[in-house]
Amino acid sequence: MPREARSLRVQAIVLKHSDFGEADRLLTVYTRELGKLRAIAKGARKPRSRKGGHVEPFSDVSLQLAKGSSLYIVSQAEVKETHSILSENLVALSYASYVVELLDKFTYDEDVNPGLFRLLRDTLGRLASDADAQMVVRYYELRLLDLLGFRPELQQCLICEKRIQPEDQYFSIQKGGVLCPECGRHEPGADPISMQALKYLRHFQRSAYDEAARASLPESVKVELETLMDHYLTYLLERSLNSPRFLRQVRRDAQQAD
Amino acid sequence: MLIPAPIQRLIDAFSRLPGVGPKTASRLTFYLLRAENDLAPELSQALAELRAGTAVCERCFNITVAGHQLCPICASDERQSALICVVEEPLDVIALERTGGYKGLYHVLGGALSPIEGIGPEDLKIAELVQRLQGGGVEEIIVATNPSMEGDATAMYLQQQIAPLGLRLTRLARGLPMGGDLEYADQNTLLRAIAGRQNMD
Ligand SMILES: [Zn+2]
Ligand SMILES: [Zn+2]
Repeated sequence: MPREARSLRVQAIVLKHSDFGEADRLLTVYTRELGKLRAIAKGARKPRSRKGGHVEPFSDVSLQLAKGSSLYIVSQAEVKETHSILSENLVALSYASYVVELLDKFTYDEDVNPGLFRLLRDTLGRLASDADAQMVVRYYELRLLDLLGFRPELQQCLICEKRIQPEDQYFSIQKGGVLCPECGRHEPGADPISMQALKYLRHFQRSAYDEAARASLPESVKVELETLMDHYLTYLLERSLNSPRFLRQVRRDAQQAD
Repeated sequence: MLIPAPIQRLIDAFSRLPGVGPKTASRLTFYLLRAENDLAPELSQALAELRAGTAVCERCFNITVAGHQLCPICASDERQSALICVVEEPLDVIALERTGGYKGLYHVLGGALSPIEGIGPEDLKIAELVQRLQGGGVEEIIVATNPSMEGDATAMYLQQQIAPLGLRLTRLARGLPMGGDLEYADQNTLLRAIAGRQNMD
């Protein structure tokens, strides 16, 4: 009789945690082997717990899981990387929260995608370094869309199929890409996008991270891209995200405090 | 089998409690239904008095007895009013009070910041804390949020907001392992953490 493996070892990034039962924590993790799953860390809220210890969001962990009746149970956790900078810098922590929330809302339980696991782990590592957080996050969004099959068309007009010329264009979130000025003008819901912003999006879409990271985005382009990606991602998700609002507030308060 | 409405209502209510699933909710409900104990009337009286009999302290937002503006800690003249310990929940006040080693006042935030869950500064009693500090008379603030991502986020935000006031700001982090909840820490650990609090900056 085939016996299902009762215990398995996975590499995981912790997306979020919530209190569960008396002193347990319910972890939502993204694993390399099984995709997203939820697991109970027994006794994790007790300071002396050994099993669930410091398994906090954004951590890179190695977990020993046992399959319970409905959820996985963490039988052992080994923390490989906690990204301590994220607990010392509120803006970086907010960006990391956004990265994690986006992945959580775009994925279903146990849908395996090792590329997505690597992207998540690399992105959190970049945020914990001194890289430009907005750049890191825009690059992440484009790679995430690629890996999930939502790659936006940035080379030719989605209506007349003409190649995009170096001038200001339109972006249609409904159609998922650029429209030439002729078509864009008549398309309801299409938003203008500057030539410069489009240039950076195309650069991020076709480049490896190290190459993309050499770009230095003008402030106006950062604002434009953040708004555009927020609209596009919210449209695809059909619901709003929590962390962008938090991030905006934290950035504003940090400026006021300076 | 169709469950009679009064029973289903109680099962549904229990199911909304944290950590209680539908199975436990049913078990609790049918336990209460048994006639041989007087738990049900006792429980319903306690529940009725829970809201009516309690109030929130106007100064520190801790729970107090109805009819009082201040909680016993704020009302006491035995406490050091120049020292304020900021905690997430009333349960953390109870844990710290059990140590018997803290003589200052408290400020209960009502939770911790969580970017992912969308809990922002306006959802907590942070503006009230800043206002309270601006009132003067305070020398030190001990941030005693949980050693977790949310507790860290809250501590950093408080630091940002309080720094301009030029008060001594410390954090009760040492000795409390990451991930554990304050309310589960034993008394000695908490005492050590209070004594060994570190300046934030
Ligand atoms: Zn066109
Ligand atoms: Zn009080």
